[in-house]
Amino acid sequence: MTLLSRKKGEHGLKLSTSDILEIVRDIGKVIEDNKQYLTELDAAIGDADHGINMARGFRAVSQKLEGMRSEDIGEILKAVGMTLVSNVGGASGPLYGTAFIRAASAVQGKSSAGLDDFVSMLDAAIEGIKSRGKAELEDKTMLDALIPAVAALREAEAEGMSLVAAFARAKEAANTGMLHTKDIVARKGRASYLGERSFGHQDPGATSSYLMLASIHESLQELRR
Amino acid sequence: MKKLINSTESVVEEMLAGIEAAHPEVRKLDTANVLVRKDSPVNKVALISGGGSGHEPAHGGFVGKGMLDAAVAGAVFTSPTPDQIYEAIKAVATEAGVLLVIKNYTGDVMNFEMAGEMAAADGLRVDQIIVNDDVAVEDSTYTTGRRGVAGTVFVHKIAGAKAEERASLDEVKAVAEKVILNTRTMGMALTSCTVPAAGKPTFTLGENEMEIGIGIHGEPGTHREELKTADEITEHLVDRILADLPLTTTDEVAVMINGLGATPLMELYIVNRKVQEILETKGISVYKTFIGEYMTSLEMAGTSVSLLKLDEELKVLLDAPADTPAFKVF
Ligand SMILES: Nc1ncnc2c1ncn2[C@@H]1O[C@H](COP(=O)(O)OP(=O)(O)OP(=O)(O)O)[C@@H](O)[C@H]1O
Ligand SMILES: [Mg+2]
Repeated sequence: MTLLSRKKGEHGLKLSTSDILEIVRDIGKVIEDNKQYLTELDAAIGDADHGINMARGFRAVSQKLEGMRSEDIGEILKAVGMTLVSNVGGASGPLYGTAFIRAASAVQGKSSAGLDDFVSMLDAAIEGIKSRGKAELEDKTMLDALIPAVAALREAEAEGMSLVAAFARAKEAANTGMLHTKDIVARKGRASYLGERSFGHQDPGATSSYLMLASIHESLQELRR
Repeated sequence: MKKLINSTESVVEEMLAGIEAAHPEVRKLDTANVLVRKDSPVNKVALISGGGSGHEPAHGGFVGKGMLDAAVAGAVFTSPTPDQIYEAIKAVATEAGVLLVIKNYTGDVMNFEMAGEMAAADGLRVDQIIVNDDVAVEDSTYTTGRRGVAGTVFVHKIAGAKAEERASLDEVKAVAEKVILNTRTMGMALTSCTVPAAGKPTFTLGENEMEIGIGIHGEPGTHREELKTADEITEHLVDRILADLPLTTTDEVAVMINGLGATPLMELYIVNRKVQEILETKGISVYKTFIGEYMTSLEMAGTSVSLLKLDEELKVLLDAPADTPAFKVF
């Protein structure tokens, strides 16, 4: 793995398109490994399909990316988003699909991405999820993991942290947000039908979001090696 | 898991192939998991519905004359994706326009909306209505709101009949909205169900327990309680409906007693006996009763009761001819 600007040192670490492809493939593996777990979480407060939906989507993404040659990160992420939209279904398909498509617009035409780009991508992704799903923080959805994560990422950027260190923070914040979904009642998605009975259960979408961020962190550590 | 299947991956495709083979009036699109009506008139508003599979006969069973022009089948209990819905729209769209009949679930609403946006970008005229008849769920502007359940079949029937009369898109939409406004459903389950790909039941109920306020996806209901008699359960279901849909002695209703998949007709008739008795005591007339499986939840045992408050227009449309695999009026 050749990193474009490794010479620039930690702070200026920028990822190439092949790094991004690697990161997406790794996310796919993590989702596949957690398919059962995510489905079980969804069985408790939803309809027992979240892991199945996500694994189906990321399997299609892996196929789509196989042999994809692109020097545009935006193009890669757009392909990921479109593939998720047309293969996941459920609520998470349009939401994660929209998230990747919006993230793609934030880095359109770029062949490398640094921490600042990741902040823009995640910001755009969250805006996309909000506009599609009309949910806010504390509604017990994926946003409860993602919003704190991007806040942590931005803070880390302001402190001049490295990409890997910033993602370690984002992962932590997502983890806290994910666990916090146990303490709140669902107002959006299928779990909202349960009302008070959704209390005490961890949201499957917040969990898949955490897993993706944790996977990105893991991939970044690998890439740094 | 004990199921009559070949593989968990192929259930939807193989089911659609079986429906197509049994019912020459419908055809499966080559490009998508969509059943379309073979003889759809070209100058009529096209009605499209769909959702996750596992609710058979909904929705493919309601494709045909007087009801739907297309039904999109997603994976089991999972909303179909926008590209599949888009294929359905392209296949049956007419100059008169397309009406999407969407059950109120976050996933369904978002996927259908995205498909509608794709079709609108092609210059097609597409509108939508969202069915939310389930009184078990609190309605609130801050939440996802009520689910669409068995009452959706009344929307298919009545909006379908209106479209068959060559009414305009706005008129078909208006009558569909009237049905939604006047339909309420409440359900309960005796047993859970198993999504093939998940391999085990979504929840478990003890021998003496039942789940009240169940939806149609094996998602837990509003509460669990000790099993009671059919009459007591029915009374609770009807009370919940009437609390939400106030009816007076001059009102006439259509009744639907829907089986969730594993409840024998015998039990549905027992439930119906009590429903009719309660309505009679209250002086509410029953215009028509539908008993059977209309919107199931795989092999779940249980039932839902739906009431539709009728007016003259709705009565005429309810009685209009329909010829679909699962709903026929001659
Ligand atoms: N409006 C929303 N905004 C953001 N996230 C949402 C929203 N609704 C649901 N979610 C997320 O989606 C997750 C569930 O995704 P899943 O793949 O199980 O779809 P689903 O709700 O079962 O869809 P369907 O109803 O079509 O089966 C939830 O855990 C939640 O995090
Ligand atoms: Mg789900």
